[in-house]
Amino acid sequence: MAKPEVLLLAGYGINCEDETAYAFEYSGAKSRIVHVNDLIENRSMLNTCRILVFPGGFSYGDDTGSGLALANRIKNNLMDELLAYIERDTLVLGICNGFQVLVNLGLVPALKRDQSTAGNSADGTTGRVEAALVHNNTFRYQCRWVDLMIEKNSPSVFIRGIRRLHIPVAHGEGNFYAPEDTLKAIENGSRVTMRYVKPEGTPAQGLFPFNPNGSMNDIASICDGTGRIMGMMPHPERAIFFTQRDDWTFLKEKYIRENKEIPEESDGIMIFRNAVNYFS
Amino acid sequence: MEKARFRIEVFYKTEDSRGNVLKNRLKNRGFGLEKVLITDNYLINADLSESDAVKAALSLIQPVTQDFLINEAFSPDEFDYAVEIGFLPGVTDNAAHTVRESIEDLLKVSLSIEDSVFTTVTYFLWGSISEKEARKIGSEMYNPLIQRIKVLSRQEYFNRGGMGNEIPVVKIFENPEADEVDLSVPDDQLIKLGREGIPNPDGTRRGPLALEMASLETIRKYFNEVEKRNPTDIELESIAQTWSEHCKHTIFAARMDHDVTGGIYKKYIKEATVRIRREKGGKDFCVSVFSDNAGGIEFDENYIIADKVETHNSPSALDPFGGSITGIVGVNRDIIGFGIASRPIANRYGFCFADPFDNRLLYRDKKGESMLLPPRRILEGVVHGVNVGGNHSGIPTPQGFVYFDERYKGKPLVFVGTLGLIPREVCGKLSVVKKARAGDNIVMIGGRVGRDGIHGATFSSEALNSGSPAAAVQIGDPITQKKFSDAIVKEARDMGLYNSITDNGAGGLSCSVAEMARECGGFEVFLDRVPLKYPGLSPWQIWVSESQERMTLSVPPEKLDRFISLMKKRGVEATVIGVFNNSSRGIVKYHDKVIFDLDMTFLHEGLPEKKLKTSYPKKSNKYPPFDEPDNFNNIFLDMMGRLNTASFEFISYQYDHEVQGNSVIKPLQGKGRVNGNVSVIRPLLDSKRGVVLSHGLYPSYSDIDTYWMAACSIDTAVRNIVSAGGALDRIALLDNFCWCDSNNPERLGQLKEAARACYDFAVQYGTPYISGKDSMFNDFKGYDEDFNEVFISVPPTLLISSTGIIEDITLALSIDFKFAGDLIYIIGETLDETGGSEYLAYMGEKISGTKYIGDRIPRVNAPLFAEIYGTFERAVKSNLITSSISIERGGLAVALCKSAIAGMLGFSADLLSVPAEEVRRNDTVLYSESQGRFLVSVNPDKKGKFEELFKGIPMGFIGTVNESGRGVITGLDGGKIVDVSINRLAESYKNRFKGF
Repeated sequence: MAKPEVLLLAGYGINCEDETAYAFEYSGAKSRIVHVNDLIENRSMLNTCRILVFPGGFSYGDDTGSGLALANRIKNNLMDELLAYIERDTLVLGICNGFQVLVNLGLVPALKRDQSTAGNSADGTTGRVEAALVHNNTFRYQCRWVDLMIEKNSPSVFIRGIRRLHIPVAHGEGNFYAPEDTLKAIENGSRVTMRYVKPEGTPAQGLFPFNPNGSMNDIASICDGTGRIMGMMPHPERAIFFTQRDDWTFLKEKYIRENKEIPEESDGIMIFRNAVNYFS
Repeated sequence: MEKARFRIEVFYKTEDSRGNVLKNRLKNRGFGLEKVLITDNYLINADLSESDAVKAALSLIQPVTQDFLINEAFSPDEFDYAVEIGFLPGVTDNAAHTVRESIEDLLKVSLSIEDSVFTTVTYFLWGSISEKEARKIGSEMYNPLIQRIKVLSRQEYFNRGGMGNEIPVVKIFENPEADEVDLSVPDDQLIKLGREGIPNPDGTRRGPLALEMASLETIRKYFNEVEKRNPTDIELESIAQTWSEHCKHTIFAARMDHDVTGGIYKKYIKEATVRIRREKGGKDFCVSVFSDNAGGIEFDENYIIADKVETHNSPSALDPFGGSITGIVGVNRDIIGFGIASRPIANRYGFCFADPFDNRLLYRDKKGESMLLPPRRILEGVVHGVNVGGNHSGIPTPQGFVYFDERYKGKPLVFVGTLGLIPREVCGKLSVVKKARAGDNIVMIGGRVGRDGIHGATFSSEALNSGSPAAAVQIGDPITQKKFSDAIVKEARDMGLYNSITDNGAGGLSCSVAEMARECGGFEVFLDRVPLKYPGLSPWQIWVSESQERMTLSVPPEKLDRFISLMKKRGVEATVIGVFNNSSRGIVKYHDKVIFDLDMTFLHEGLPEKKLKTSYPKKSNKYPPFDEPDNFNNIFLDMMGRLNTASFEFISYQYDHEVQGNSVIKPLQGKGRVNGNVSVIRPLLDSKRGVVLSHGLYPSYSDIDTYWMAACSIDTAVRNIVSAGGALDRIALLDNFCWCDSNNPERLGQLKEAARACYDFAVQYGTPYISGKDSMFNDFKGYDEDFNEVFISVPPTLLISSTGIIEDITLALSIDFKFAGDLIYIIGETLDETGGSEYLAYMGEKISGTKYIGDRIPRVNAPLFAEIYGTFERAVKSNLITSSISIERGGLAVALCKSAIAGMLGFSADLLSVPAEEVRRNDTVLYSESQGRFLVSVNPDKKGKFEELFKGIPMGFIGTVNESGRGVITGLDGGKIVDVSINRLAESYKNRFKGF
């Protein structure tokens, strides 16, 4: 099988492209980091790409609202190509700031998109902003490890076979908001992919720090109707190895005493493997 | 004031947590607020059509949560007051920069950089507050040195139709030419010139040159005899920058008494490194020391670690946010400018503040017009500045500390450091070697030049008083820097597009160009080509301005087009401003006129030698003896919640320490999330090798003896690295001296002793210094609340930062107890060494209202400690240790509690088993700060092996970890002296900074 090509956007304050590229390479893909301006200049790069990634970071310093200015840059210069790209059998992953960009591009939850026949841009249903990621309830940047429960019914291809994740968040604006009707449609349309839970697996029910930002319905991640586009606030690329975990020194001792093998990898890698395996 | 054509007010349709959090914060400070709403306002002064303005506004909102108004005041129901905060003219407005770029991209137009977009924020307040209180709320949120404020009642707001469209355009009415400065003046005039600066035609002065009489005489002689003319203002300013204490470290270079002829830097710091490197021979791991923007050590065969720690104290006292963000982003640039360019991989910080709960005010002037920001505001601003600077740059911040003493009230200390990674070879050449060549273009990249930061270098060489220039304040722009950092480190460097690179820091272009020109022998600069933020700057201002986010590169002619076009594609402004040559002269032209023409050797080497005399009379710090307490439960709880022992989790979690995926041992450890004093990162994800970061700092010991203060700082910095699994023979040190009143022989005596210890202990441990920095005048001259004169000097503060290597990160240790039944050991000897300790400070406050100091300062027995550390290293490699904490401030008691809180487990311990032969008091065993000690927990299965390995080393098996949820300690007489719940300990530890 040929390695699927991953295109990771960079520039303007995006800053998680290197470790995200590494996670994809480690999972068997071919990563290519491309500056937003180079992609605008050479749009055909999207033709060979199978996985498009909006990595985390602080595009445009979060000025005017996180992900907004970068979404504008793409809307102003790349939107047609992007819409054509998602019509193909391709994947899009937005992490943290990338999730904020996807929401502001209207690529997730994209509730109207699957109701239209072709789902192209001409009918105006894609590219409609339906939700938001607003300031954390604490109005404070939160870098901490969280527990996530994967939604069983989600069509997302990124989460196949995963039940729980223990990975970090790091953001100031990750508080998922949608108007009441939209939220209902998101829930009914199985657009939620991950929710924040307590370490024992029960719902966080908005309780800090389990739900680190105040997200409605503890939503940490959503996808579009096809399951091929997913945005998530937590950072799986920072949790691909065992020694990246916040509790690894404890687990190491535990496994030693239980005569168990000490693992090399950790939860986050599964997201990337799923993306790569989609093309096998 | 000029007015903008469009005022776009963006408001929330939905709940906005910013308003809620602000309301709660203000309520906690006693304001009767019920509600706060916030609007973000964009003032756009451009020739746009109405429909284009609407398009622009639509692009500025998040349509689900926000809406906007154009030229119409947002008018929520029944609010009481509205407070608008905007910037003063010329202050960096990062959001405005983004908005301008976005509008240009959206409408395909070009907007003026100087005066097209400005931002403000309006706070609408509801509550039973008076106008006076509304103003007070305003003053809680703004800083008059950089911002403007408007407070309007509801009625006024409506009468005026809102806040208005005024914009802070910079208007400078100056003659942009170079002036001649007459040096043939009486000596008192010359002294005044050095102290207050070059006179303007109107009689005002341009701000301190910080040149002493001896330097001024040397300059006068040079111009009389060599150049046979008077200097221009730009020449004099440039010499002042280059010769400043900040740049030349004149005090560290000065002859001191009869015995230190070449200066303490050469004799004690540099010489220690030279000797250590010689003695290590083939095991020397230094690659580049004291010569570049940062120090460099070997990481592995293919990579080098760059390391630098800076201070940014004076600017942080004036504008805490701007000062600290500029500091962190500035030290990042030192790393980017290390070698041929390194990639920043970790930040570290250290903040020394006064008690944030101290609300008594200080003033710079006698009239009370210029108030010093209170400690809490300084803390909040400084913490936030490093947050934005680090987080926005995508650099993790795994390591840091806070330290409190009332003497940091006049000037806080803000330490900021960065580590970088660079391949040993780039384009087939050694990456740490760089050389500007004659014929190379001088290229400036990054931000534009404004008046900000003028006299930063000379300013930090003076005490803070009412003449301190507000223009010294700058606000960092991490995104502008991130753009060129990526373009240089990830692209231009590996394409070999330039020959040399350096940061524009203190002294701006005047220092960076002159420094690089040393590599080839001369330069010619065309100052009128330098891109400006706004017109009207005098040439000397352009030359010395410290406007941020700029670097200077030498680009060979054949690569210039490729370089400039790459920068353009990355949204980085790059401008050729001159040429490097080998003329041995530095020449600056402004509109074809030569305004600066100096001999390079004079500029760099002309500074006359300084001679200093020191004395060090030692005072006794005796305190009235007190009996040993009977019951330690309350003391135990109190000691965990001291400013200097309590959790500063609120800083750790707001600094992203997971970005780049390199975190191994994190700033908060264990289930109980306790601040560790050492962190481990893994810079390359496909290698098991790690970097260990820590520090040592004991300002309270300086009150007793600076020699042992420095010795303890070094020992702690080294021991901490070992405690997490780092190897003793691979530790490098960085020294940051933050001294005070350095014209005073006694302060210099303290300095000399500290420096002497730096030599002695670095040599004994074999831990070389690779980089350092000093800041010699951390004093405040002003007035207290009753307008009595005060002079506040920081305690002599030495930060020793340490950087070590761990071969295999899977062996790294954290501080948390892990399993009930594990055995607790103390390694090292406990002596009666409570002088300067946190315990004596606490007892003094409790008994007499002021801290006790004492005289029994901890000593460092380096040969014994080195043996302990070597054994510890072997124990780590054999996986014998389950948890490990280095015993620091607060002694054994605080270390025990931290490991227990972190593990959320109980313990029982027996003080009789602590190796402390000479100690008779329980409180001394618990709280002595003797150096060279660790507290570890060990799997009972490994008891035999562990004890065998440590045979012959002072060590005690003092207790066990358990699940009782309590900490129980048996005293020297066999009775129970402590029995407290771990939860209550955790509360005490975590509640101190609740609400911060």
